[in-house]
Amino acid sequence: MRNGLSRGTRFRSLLFLFPSLLGTLIFFVIPFGMIIYYALVSKPVGGEFVGFSNFIRLFHNRAFLVGFRNTAVLCVSAVTLSVMLALGLSVLLENALPARGALRTAFLCPMFVPAASVVLVWTVLFHHNGAINAALAAIGLDPVDWFHTWWGSLMVLLMYLWRNLGLYVLLFTSALSAVPEELIGMANLDGAGPVRRFFTVKLPYLAPTMVFVVMLSLIYSMKIFREVYLLTGSYPYDHLYLLQHFMNNTFMSMDYPKLCAAALVLLTVMGAITAAVFWLEDRVGRDLENG
Amino acid sequence: MGKSGFLRRLFVTVLLTLLALLFLAPMVLTVAGSFMPGEELAGSYGAIFGDEYMKDPVKLKFIPEKPTVEQYGKLAGDKSYAARFLVSALYTVSITVFGTAVSALAAYGFTRYRSRGRRLTFLGFSVLMLMPYQVTLVPNYFVSKWLGTFDTPLAVILPGVFSAFGVYLLTKYMARVPKDTLEAARLDGAGEFRLFTRICLPQCKSAVWAVALLTFFDNWSMVEGPLILLRDESARPLSVYLSRLNAGEPGMAFAAAAVYMMPCLALFIFGQRHLTEGINSSPKTATDRKT
Repeated sequence: MRNGLSRGTRFRSLLFLFPSLLGTLIFFVIPFGMIIYYALVSKPVGGEFVGFSNFIRLFHNRAFLVGFRNTAVLCVSAVTLSVMLALGLSVLLENALPARGALRTAFLCPMFVPAASVVLVWTVLFHHNGAINAALAAIGLDPVDWFHTWWGSLMVLLMYLWRNLGLYVLLFTSALSAVPEELIGMANLDGAGPVRRFFTVKLPYLAPTMVFVVMLSLIYSMKIFREVYLLTGSYPYDHLYLLQHFMNNTFMSMDYPKLCAAALVLLTVMGAITAAVFWLEDRVGRDLENG
Repeated sequence: MGKSGFLRRLFVTVLLTLLALLFLAPMVLTVAGSFMPGEELAGSYGAIFGDEYMKDPVKLKFIPEKPTVEQYGKLAGDKSYAARFLVSALYTVSITVFGTAVSALAAYGFTRYRSRGRRLTFLGFSVLMLMPYQVTLVPNYFVSKWLGTFDTPLAVILPGVFSAFGVYLLTKYMARVPKDTLEAARLDGAGEFRLFTRICLPQCKSAVWAVALLTFFDNWSMVEGPLILLRDESARPLSVYLSRLNAGEPGMAFAAAAVYMMPCLALFIFGQRHLTEGINSSPKTATDRKT
């Protein structure tokens, strides 16, 4: 179809890709080869081939397992809640409200606040003597230990939602406004109520945006490590210990075979998730074309 | 509609306004804290930052009683803060400027000519984009050792420039620039680079802005990279250093956090319009299909 373009265009357009391709090869692709090598030897310099023993060592490492579990729980709940809450807020914002734009901007604001700036406020809120516990005490409830119990996972999730929800709301509201009026009108004539109208008419139109939000929330749920690290340092208690803590600490102890094995495991898991997301994106696109 | 419609809208407005205030609260608290004199801070947040035996419960204060710029004065005298601020600016601005440029070029290369090979390469970029930082950090570390950039600013800047996120977003957006416009200009004798700068970029202005903003916000908060790639403490940016300041001197910390937030706030105010436009249309949303 694009054969109409001359060979020259083909070549020159390749030049545009060159800087990015070169950088990506040097900084990401080629070193992955080194990682595979390191993951299979006993030590980085002069080591011998040890097969999968680094991986076996990794799967017996308690810190890795705890970090892996917490990160997985965080990702799954972050993705699910992102889609559900953002969709809910966008539907509410569809009402003819005064100052809709201002509300949307207010939700969007946290995205620009640097992690290091807001850590101060998180401390004020979640500290054992902090504002939330003071409020709980005022209504006669026991204080919550946010940093040392499973409530910590909730705290991380709250920090994540605060930072990222606005962006997803922005994406959903604009997708909602792109649903053709005729379709909604037709559904009204068919006597569909607001709930049915949402699920049968609007939701199919939102599907591509939903896939994009899933992708973004996967990316951003990994980045919430920054806040956790700045709040609690390299060795937090179990419920706040993420895979990233494990990787950083393994870096510091210079156990490269273990580190590379962990990176490969993470690469495989994320690769599988990515494949699933792209399969979904492809399907969603095709459904819309046919539907 | 009628009366029940009005009540519902009132309820939704109140609900969303409260939620919006909650989203804005951390920023307001930071700025308010920065204008409080030392005694007032001790009175409000003494239970957290002050003497542990001070049992006055925390009081969140959104408006300082006796506003003062005393904290800012102290901050201005702190030479290391200013130095870190410049380090942060150097890293973030270089990554944003060069990264956005490299991404835009690559996106144009992907859009201008499509082949099986390029589709596969683009898929590769998308997979890379979804990889958590910790996976790519391991390759970055080995490459920085190999190139001799370890423990220099380039160790953090170079991998940041070649981030796949911008390539992904801009390629998705540029795919919507009408091919005919480009072809017509080419037949008029415009070179490929001219097509890129004069025809393609102006149409993708919002998306370029959106990528630049997201890159800036992300890197202004960089934590993982400097921790691993920069052993020299003085080369680490403010994003890592600020939390240490918080622990040492709570009085100045609020001002430090507020000042640190300002570049992002300015960019957000300046570029929000583009962000709304540029990221909205980036994935294949339903709007594509109507045209």
